[in-house]
Amino acid sequence: MSKKLITVTINGKKEERAVEPRTLLVHFLREDLNLTGAHIGCETSHCGACTVDVDGESVKACTHLAVQCDGSEVLTVEGLADKGVLHAVQEGFYKEHGLQCGFCTPGMLMRAYRFLQENSNPTEDEIRHGMSGNLCRCTGYQNIIKSVQYAAKKLQEPVTA
Amino acid sequence: MIPPRFDYHAPASVAEAITLLGQLGSDAKLLAGGHSLLPMMKLRFAEPAHLIDINKIPELRGIREDGNEIVIGAMTVENELIKSDILQAKAPLLCEAAKLIADPQVRNRGTIGGDIAHGDPGNDHPALSMALDATFVLQGPNGKRTVKADDFFLGTYMTLLEESEIMTEIRVPALAAGTGYAYEKLKRKTGDWATAGCAVVMQKTGDKVTHIRIALTNVGPTALHATDAEQVLLNKPFDEAALAAAAAAATAICDPAEDLRGDIEYKTAMAGEMVKRALRKAWARCA
Repeated sequence: MSKKLITVTINGKKEERAVEPRTLLVHFLREDLNLTGAHIGCETSHCGACTVDVDGESVKACTHLAVQCDGSEVLTVEGLADKGVLHAVQEGFYKEHGLQCGFCTPGMLMRAYRFLQENSNPTEDEIRHGMSGNLCRCTGYQNIIKSVQYAAKKLQEPVTA
Repeated sequence: MIPPRFDYHAPASVAEAITLLGQLGSDAKLLAGGHSLLPMMKLRFAEPAHLIDINKIPELRGIREDGNEIVIGAMTVENELIKSDILQAKAPLLCEAAKLIADPQVRNRGTIGGDIAHGDPGNDHPALSMALDATFVLQGPNGKRTVKADDFFLGTYMTLLEESEIMTEIRVPALAAGTGYAYEKLKRKTGDWATAGCAVVMQKTGDKVTHIRIALTNVGPTALHATDAEQVLLNKPFDEAALAAAAAAATAICDPAEDLRGDIEYKTAMAGEMVKRALRKAWARCA
């Protein structure tokens, strides 16, 4: 049961660590790297609170082994803002009151971030389908949809210098 | 929840993976998308001493055409099925059905081969494979063999796949132009397994059914090929009486397990309803 040496680029920073093969990605992030944004919710890959981006795809970090990420690029909610400026999805959740207790929010943000790259101009139905792997137990879905719509609109605005 | 300890292997080729399987024997499990296996390991329903991760084997991924067949690498993930132009043109049933499986994140990891080889009657690809008359390619130390979807499933979590073998390909005959198809899946929520599901592939001439395959999800110890229901419909006019008779023939072979999705009677009734809905939709799509 020997440890494996892995190299993972997390939020742009290269990290090299020895991990036990059974270490789940979400534990690796939270306990080895102190990145506690990805939350541990249901642990059965239903709730989506642990969603992060691995090589440009949304993944539930509770059902992914850290050792599988050797050579991968991982983006977590800690890497979403740029030099203190909130990303459009973060701004959307803040402006449209897309968070209530906040527990599901990091996963919602990471899924919304990736979803809007997969579909930059979604309908409400497409947002519901695209976000369907993330559960909000406050049932704040309506404002979450509005938050994603806000971010979609903001991301389509022309960039001004 | 953390899985029990195991050693991790990441072979780069099918040959290497088969060699590892041979060396490690029954202590080893193949890791595909992991969305069935890792939860089972967390709950200690499975405690393999070795995981052989076959995610890093490029030859197991992708969708291509080979004559009149579509060849799907066993490690092709659900989202790739949904996006595939080849499947959209030649076997759109798979694109449509994959959208009903799990959720966007899980579809990035869950594979068609893993879904089939796991042998869970709740999985969707077994019934879809039966309706499409698919063939599975299994590769082991003695080479390759092919098995029809109809023959592959022996019981709950039991299949013809030997411990020394890997499922490498799913081969699906291209649907002829004008073929109708449908997958109706009753589920309680996004990501859930079917309470009952039905896959149909159908052709018609005039008002008669000339080709029909019907398979059921999660209403027996394995996916069920509803051959009696097919015989009810074949070469006969497609009307309400035929629909009711087909649904009755299909529900007659149901043997669902009672669980939180419903009791036996409810699930059996829902299987009949899914059969009717799938047949109606497939018929409407026939040209």
